[in-house]
Amino acid sequence: MTLFSAEHLTMIFGGLTAVDDFSIELKGEDLVGLIGPNGAGKTTVFNMMTGNFKPTRGKIFFQREETTGLKPNAINRRGIARTFQSIRLFQDLPVIENVMISYHGRLHSSFIGAVLRTPLYHREEKAMTDEAMTLLQRVRLADFASERAGALSYGQQRRLEIARALATHPKLLLLDEPAAGMNPQETQELMDLILKIKEDFNLTVLLIEHDMRVVMGICQRIKVLDYGATIAEGTPKEIQSNPQVITAYLGEAGGKGIA
Amino acid sequence: MHQTRDQILTSLSIVGLFVFLCWAKENATEYQVRLLNNCAIFITLAVSYNLINGICGQFSLEPNAFVAIGAYTSALLTMSPAEKQASFIIEPLIWPLNMISVPFWFSLIAAGLVTGFFAFLMGFPVFRVRGDYLAIVTLGFGEVVRVVANNLQSITNGPLGLKGLVPHTNLWWSFGLMMIALCFIWRLTNSSFGRAMKAIREDEVAAEAMGIRSFRYKMMAFTVSGFFEGIAGGLLAHLITTISPVLFTFFLTFNLLIIIVVGGLGSITGSVISSVLFVFGSEALRAVEEPFSLGSLQIPGIPGMRMVIFAIILVGVMIFARRGIMGRREFSWQGLIDLFQRAGGRLRRDG
Repeated sequence: MTLFSAEHLTMIFGGLTAVDDFSIELKGEDLVGLIGPNGAGKTTVFNMMTGNFKPTRGKIFFQREETTGLKPNAINRRGIARTFQSIRLFQDLPVIENVMISYHGRLHSSFIGAVLRTPLYHREEKAMTDEAMTLLQRVRLADFASERAGALSYGQQRRLEIARALATHPKLLLLDEPAAGMNPQETQELMDLILKIKEDFNLTVLLIEHDMRVVMGICQRIKVLDYGATIAEGTPKEIQSNPQVITAYLGEAGGKGIA
Repeated sequence: MHQTRDQILTSLSIVGLFVFLCWAKENATEYQVRLLNNCAIFITLAVSYNLINGICGQFSLEPNAFVAIGAYTSALLTMSPAEKQASFIIEPLIWPLNMISVPFWFSLIAAGLVTGFFAFLMGFPVFRVRGDYLAIVTLGFGEVVRVVANNLQSITNGPLGLKGLVPHTNLWWSFGLMMIALCFIWRLTNSSFGRAMKAIREDEVAAEAMGIRSFRYKMMAFTVSGFFEGIAGGLLAHLITTISPVLFTFFLTFNLLIIIVVGGLGSITGSVISSVLFVFGSEALRAVEEPFSLGSLQIPGIPGMRMVIFAIILVGVMIFARRGIMGRREFSWQGLIDLFQRAGGRLRRDG
């Protein structure tokens, strides 16, 4: 069953066509990679999917409902969560609160209830704390729960971003360069983590990544963008031997492969 | 364990404050009581202002407008019809305001609600912009309210202002409402709603991406802030008993801004500490506005000299202690105990 589809998305900034006629269809349980050289328009695709940009042309559907033009918070509450290429944590807040904020959208208490500390609010706050703690354990950050998020190491911050996105209970998870700045050891752990959370939370995952070991290692399908246009699509094997992809990455006299 | 201890200590200090107020009511001079009232009102104002500026991170410059709206609302409701008729000499007060006179408590609630409602309406246009633009738009709104108060003769009595208000505000009113405002804002800040506001302060794009309706929580912070600033305005009006538009210039906002920046943007207890310092500090600095001689140099009294000193303090804070007295931390009993223990340890080492 189709979970998500984007049809003929085009994004034009002034005279620059950042993304041109991009279409994608994601089914439940998919793990798709989106690759391409710098400036190819990958993050712009994410921004359109999550409502940060309104596409110049084209339509977006999530669970058969059109979501084009909705606000980011509305799209998130429908079940699409994302991480950011440049880490955007709530730096000055404790690690656990970073995760708890993601539950706020599902809170039933009113703000008067929160101020009066009604039993319902107490229960919800407790449930929030417990669930956030469980998630932190999954990404091995439970020991840092009360540290400032900004004080974590780079790899830890990336994992916290994933935990924070998971806390919104998404059906579709968009990861924007989750392995950027990680060492090989951390990258390996990240790949395992992505596969595990996908399994445990029944997620569909779309990820942008430059690290080819990650992309080739875990993605079932790959889409390649170059200058806003989709130039190839297929399994990792097909992509690796696609002459157009090799040209895009290495120039005309392309080398032996991109992996 | 620590929680119970902290609750006991907090209750004890509230009882302490109560006893102190009882004592002050009997024994303090009129001047000292006035200062205490000022303290309570400034704490209420600063903490409310900090909610939108420090907790929610929306740098805005409108409290003078909110205080003015609250003060006028409450004053117009408590004044007796005879008093109104005597004051409004150029143009009579419009019906039905010229007929009514309500109890003080009711006028304060009305001041809060009217100001909160104004804040709510104002939120729609102003939160379309962010950052510096928000500051400019809200600053403009503050000026608009003052100019309107100056010219809307048949409601505000224009530059003549409202005179002869009954001095209803006493220590119980000002400190009682201060406690309510503190308690409300403290609990709001330390709830899931406060977390959402802090998330918006830290990174609005990320907060939106995590399902936080940022517009709604900015509005919430703004309206709550307006509500309590309106009540404080009502208290202020019935403390000084005469209000006119010159009271509500940008200087009022500027003073509050100094208070919350020096106290620490985003720290409620920081705002409380710094309000107290501000009120007593500006009394202590009264001396610099009087004529004095420096050696053979005769310096005449310059009114407004205190503002220069406060501005210098603000610049100093910005350079040397950017996060103010408390930063974003809050006072905690554990922190105080640790502080004493460290100080004690140092004394023992030195001795």
